[in-house]
Amino acid sequence: MTLPSFRISDDPGPDFAALVRRMGLSPVVPDSPVDARLTITHGTTCVAVRYQDGVVMAGDRRATSGNFISHRTIEKVFPADRHSGVAIAGAAGPAIEMVRLFQLQLEHYEKVEGAPLSLEGKANQLSQMVRNHLPAAMQGLAVVPIFAGFDTSRTAGRLFQYDVTGGRYEEFDHASTGSGQMHASAVIKMGWRDSLSEDATIDLVLRALYEAADEDSATGGPDLLRGIFPVVATISSSGFERLADDDLEARYLSILAQVATERGGSR
Amino acid sequence: MTAPFYVAPEQMMQDRADYARKGIARGRAMVACTFDEGILLCAENPSRMLRKISEIYDRIAFGGVGKYNEFDQLRIAGVRHADLKGFSFSREDVDARSLANQYAQMLGQVFTHEMKPMEVEILVAEIGHDSVGDQLFHILYDGTLIDETGWCVLGGEAEAIGARMSEEWVEGCSFAQALQAAVDALAGPDRSLVVSEIEVAVLDRAGARRAFRRVEDADVTAVLGVNDAENGT
Repeated sequence: MTLPSFRISDDPGPDFAALVRRMGLSPVVPDSPVDARLTITHGTTCVAVRYQDGVVMAGDRRATSGNFISHRTIEKVFPADRHSGVAIAGAAGPAIEMVRLFQLQLEHYEKVEGAPLSLEGKANQLSQMVRNHLPAAMQGLAVVPIFAGFDTSRTAGRLFQYDVTGGRYEEFDHASTGSGQMHASAVIKMGWRDSLSEDATIDLVLRALYEAADEDSATGGPDLLRGIFPVVATISSSGFERLADDDLEARYLSILAQVATERGGSR
Repeated sequence: MTAPFYVAPEQMMQDRADYARKGIARGRAMVACTFDEGILLCAENPSRMLRKISEIYDRIAFGGVGKYNEFDQLRIAGVRHADLKGFSFSREDVDARSLANQYAQMLGQVFTHEMKPMEVEILVAEIGHDSVGDQLFHILYDGTLIDETGWCVLGGEAEAIGARMSEEWVEGCSFAQALQAAVDALAGPDRSLVVSEIEVAVLDRAGARRAFRRVEDADVTAVLGVNDAENGT
């Protein structure tokens, strides 16, 4: 690998995705639908909820190929940088690659320019990436992310939802994506209050993912046998922090006890 | 038709080297040295915005002296090289040695083939997982690559600064001692530097994934101020 150097007129600037394209490292877009002939691994339900100190993001751990469970421990919630996170649903391969490129894009910009992008700028960057992915989405490799972060200039959590065309929509309370999103967002909608505490918000998203898994076969529930729990992260002024599995296990045990009580203890 | 003047190759190289050295000597110097928990990079730089020291990758930092636009161009090429390499392979495959070689190739190429040589000296520093793994690559305007141990000086007056550095710096010293040694070496006996004229950054051995961290003025003052009080100045 040699040092990349460019003429001033066609320098890619701080745009890492453009640099990757220039170096010929972008994936080839399939010219016909791939999902009809191949089984594509899909990631499913992710949610993001605003609370008093920032945002909680969470995603289940299941990946499916058609009616098979292809992975039980896939991760769909990632730190984008210190104060933001990205969660993905859709074709798992391109989705994880998009996250990797997005993380690098933010870091590359920060290093080249000497200052980080604004939260709005980061959201727009992701929008461009989803937009550039549209030709692949048309062939059955759709990727639909959620972007959330702590806006250090406004000192508040912010959420952005996307569609396959790269449409970017700022949500104010909560956002969700993936096959279980309908059930998850219904639970969040019912339980959400303005200025919820961190603790209550985490319990709310865990319950939402539990209910989504209960209704949607592509969403994985808490797996107490194997010790597999959703990826849950808080993003606040202290940055992106992922919750430990022990904490999640304790919370799920009490949620299950609560569900059992609600059902009157009958089986 | 008149024949072009014959210039001996030795003379041509000498002229180019003189030109580059003069350009570099006009700027201010920088010092890098290891300390117990990392690598310190310290430059004399009156600008707050135009940096001489920057982050290249997780464990790699860059320093440049001489003509700003020229070393900044090299810095950006280095960030691109490192990020592309990490993207194509893996983060742990990005290393200072390969980057320093690339820089040496590029500077050597420019020195012999272009109209004018680059008026820069650069440093590529990598923090190891233990002090044995610390690396300081010093690259000159003509592509000469030097693998330095312990400390290195870039820029004009390098010999005088180096002599002072070798007196004060000791292997395995603390951050405060390293910073004091670097600032004393840059300033010399006849002048003292104010905090706003020094740019300081470190590569932290045990820190987060991205080891590069700028040291704020207040923290520099905290270190230098205490020492000044002890010296009675």
